Amino acid sequence: MGEQMFGYEFYVDPSRCIGCQSCVNACAECETHRGTPMIHVDFLDRANSISTVPFVCMHCDDPTCAKVCPADAIKQTEDGVVQSSLKPRCIACSNCVLACPFGIPKMMTELEQMMKCDMCYDRTSEGKRPMCATVCPSQALAYVPREQIERTRRDKPTNVFLFGKQRVTTKVFMMLPPERDALSVDVVDYMWEAKHESAS
Amino acid sequence: MKAHRNPEPLWRDEFSIHTADERYVSRRQFTKFLVLTSLGMFAGNLWILLRSAFSKTPVYSEQSICRANDVPVGGVWLFRYPSEKDPCILIRPDQDTYVAYSQKCTHLSCAVFYSPEKDRLECPCHEGYFSVRTGNVLQGPPPRPLPQVILERRGDEIVAVGIATRKET
Repeated sequence: MGEQMFGYEFYVDPSRCIGCQSCVNACAECETHRGTPMIHVDFLDRANSISTVPFVCMHCDDPTCAKVCPADAIKQTEDGVVQSSLKPRCIACSNCVLACPFGIPKMMTELEQMMKCDMCYDRTSEGKRPMCATVCPSQALAYVPREQIERTRRDKPTNVFLFGKQRVTTKVFMMLPPERDALSVDVVDYMWEAKHESAS
Repeated sequence: MKAHRNPEPLWRDEFSIHTADERYVSRRQFTKFLVLTSLGMFAGNLWILLRSAFSKTPVYSEQSICRANDVPVGGVWLFRYPSEKDPCILIRPDQDTYVAYSQKCTHLSCAVFYSPEKDRLECPCHEGYFSVRTGNVLQGPPPRPLPQVILERRGDEIVAVGIATRKET
């Protein structure tokens, strides 16, 4: 079964999200973390828009969360999936929560452990699609081969994100308008730096 | 734009974030390590035991130190015994008593001196005090008494004949 999943990638398309919370509920049903969804559906700009975005872990190639972990609790597997924290090691310091540029890790205070999306490692490692991608009715979350996404979507997938001066490449793709190559996110520090540099 | 990241620090080798690079120690390896280490400890202890069982008591030569009247009451006489590298101190606390000790403090080998007012041997480095009569530790960090030089009086002469062996306290 694993062979059949070769070439499958995870694609997130915020423009398709209808905010139905199917992914959240499907995620919460998983027996590895029952009752606690590892995916978040957030409103983009609640005051002015009803648009929503699902947030799964982007599985950075060079994961900031793992690099800041003082307890060596976050590991990246050979296939590029950044795992949730290891229970015996996590010291609930919230370093990863603060460091993640996408804001994915969440501290489970009652468990004293950080938990985050691991791309349903129990499923994807044995050839099943991630739970959220299987239930998303609008396929805002899609786990499909590259050819399929290119054939069926106008938007262009990218896995390059610019947070100020930090360039982050990820395993998960985000669908962007065709004219964009990378998603640039303004970071307050960066904005301040730019202003500061131009002034001097 | 600073595109280059700092090179990975050395400790990253040991604590890699990649599961493939993790040096996993299995229970069997750990048990082996424990067994071999205990075996090493046992062999070491056995060696120490055998060495102490077969060790000979050292023989000390006799050495004339000084004449009895060379040392005033309450005074000291420095000498070296049994070899040139072992400084010793002879003390005459009262008219008929002569005692001699190694001058090296048993803590960190500073030279001890005699304090006639307090009637004790004092180590100035860490304030270790020794009894003049027995060489026992009165106060401070020294772990055991000063080795005592056994003295013999031959007429007018004071002769060192050996060093008293004492158990650690």
